[in-house]
Amino acid sequence: MTGSESLLSVHKLRKWFPVKSTALFGEKQYVKAVNDITLDIRRGETLGVVGESGCGKTTLGRTMIRLIEPTGGRIVFEGKDLTGLNEKQMRLMRKDLQIMFQDPYGSLNPRMTVGDIITEPYVFQKMYTKKERVEKAVELMKICGLDPVYIRRYPHEFSGGQRQRIGIARSLALRPKFLVCDEPVSALDVSIQSQIINLLMDLQQEFGLTYLFISHNLSVVYHMVDRIAVMYLGNLVELADKEELYRDTAHPYTRALLKSIPSLDFREEHRLRAALKGDIPSPINPPKGCVFHTRCESCTERCRTQTPPLREIAPRHMVACHLYEGQGKLVEQQ
Amino acid sequence: MGLLKRKNDVYSALIEGAEGVAYTSFYHDAMRRLKKDKIAMVCLFVVAALIIIAIFAPFIAPYEEDYMDVGNELARPSSEHLLGTDEFGRDILSRIIFGSRVSLMVGVVAEAIAVFIGLVVGAIAGYYGGKVDAVLSRIIEIFASFPHILFAIVVMFVLGTGIMNVFIAIGVVGWTGLARVIRSQIMQLKQKEYVEAARASGGRNMQIIFRHLIPNCLSTIIVVATMNIPSDIMYEASLSFLGLGVQPPQASWGSMISEARKFIRQYPEYSVFPGIALIVTVLAFNLLGDALRDALDPRLKNL
Repeated sequence: MTGSESLLSVHKLRKWFPVKSTALFGEKQYVKAVNDITLDIRRGETLGVVGESGCGKTTLGRTMIRLIEPTGGRIVFEGKDLTGLNEKQMRLMRKDLQIMFQDPYGSLNPRMTVGDIITEPYVFQKMYTKKERVEKAVELMKICGLDPVYIRRYPHEFSGGQRQRIGIARSLALRPKFLVCDEPVSALDVSIQSQIINLLMDLQQEFGLTYLFISHNLSVVYHMVDRIAVMYLGNLVELADKEELYRDTAHPYTRALLKSIPSLDFREEHRLRAALKGDIPSPINPPKGCVFHTRCESCTERCRTQTPPLREIAPRHMVACHLYEGQGKLVEQQ
Repeated sequence: MGLLKRKNDVYSALIEGAEGVAYTSFYHDAMRRLKKDKIAMVCLFVVAALIIIAIFAPFIAPYEEDYMDVGNELARPSSEHLLGTDEFGRDILSRIIFGSRVSLMVGVVAEAIAVFIGLVVGAIAGYYGGKVDAVLSRIIEIFASFPHILFAIVVMFVLGTGIMNVFIAIGVVGWTGLARVIRSQIMQLKQKEYVEAARASGGRNMQIIFRHLIPNCLSTIIVVATMNIPSDIMYEASLSFLGLGVQPPQASWGSMISEARKFIRQYPEYSVFPGIALIVTVLAFNLLGDALRDALDPRLKNL
């Protein structure tokens, strides 16, 4: 059901967090959590974002819906530039852009009942009467597989999976068009994970949702998404359709990432997994040239000095790596 | 328990079967734990008794607080005057009963003033952070660095004596501790994902502070306020002892002790009885504060 129409696109989106510098007269330092990322999400699709911890996946998701103010770049949602909106206009836009959180414990206020949690977005947006809000909450609870008789209970009286369902019900309350799922299942048991994923997929069908699915679990991502964006140290290194990415992996980092998926296959080639060597470099002072060159097995002299541009090596398959120089065409960088 | 029941029942009307479903709020749980604590229940009883005595003082006290039994000054305890009389022939028991009004009022009104200032300053400093926080934190430090009693005396000199001014002086002096606690707690709470969720659905700063942050600080506020009440009562007693607080003939435990000082050798009971009243009250509030902290401590729950 992937349409070709773009719902939300970001252009050279950038979020640099200033770091408290120790030197009095030093150059101001930044953590480049999201560094000039350009991508495009089509209506009805699920875009997966994968990468190691600390690569900026979460920051990307939050900056896209302006929950974190971007340092630079543009966010275009349904033809409107979100970065130009003032606070009041943005508050109205928030109906369409929602987020789901990883931690089912931290994302629900322990002092509020389930009913209050789910109906809170209506309070903020001044929608419906009190009675209508409760009716909506009951409906949302049913949709998310919760028994509405528990509407007066408090979050601590539910299990992790149920809490995550409450969180989903809350993020659906405003009938959003775009939903950022920030590792929605990584804090759950495996058996519950699949239930929640199936629920998310059903909801997508039912409400025509578009997801940005952030995860570091590649098996979950494979099951859930249409396209995958691979991030490394705040940079987009590869972006392709799921099948294409798993079949014709281009970037050395993506290859290493895919090889790291644990499997029950004990043949030699799987056991001798080419694990990435070394740690992820500090995002405050990222390596010059290609950010991945310190850990890359095909690193050349050029990678150390020159940042590789994003190029489209096959239809809708973008990669930022010098190995593919001369192939495909450069993605337009304005 | 009845107080903690939710009043709105929109839910039961709309959802079949919701009536019978049990639900326990955090405060139900805390109340249950508090009920198990015997000391806390004794303290609660003492505090409740004090409140009743203060409210119904004119009906309970055998004499008016300024009635002088001329010719019967400095009497020993007797059936006529259960705890004796003072140097003007006033009944000490009656004066202690009337004095409880001042002490409790100080506890409630002065602490309410302190909680209000502390909450506003602490919440703003913690929520907005940055420069706002830097400025407010320095103000907190300036207020906290004065010796409390000295500062209260200065405020009393500026405002003049009188019971309302005692409240204001104590309230204005005593808010810094709460402000600090609230500030640090809000700083922690604002990082929570439910705050982010509220912002994602369009919550304004004030809505977030009032709907999410302050309710989660409430147990801290209750505990800190209860623990501060005894020291407020002591400040009032000290100010009255120094002659700056309640003015005669109005009775206050502190001023009674102050006057009794002159007769401490001949009539020790004169100073002992108001002293006991003060100790019992302060102890009850202190122990109740401890018990509330244990009952409300969020670390005991995994929330």
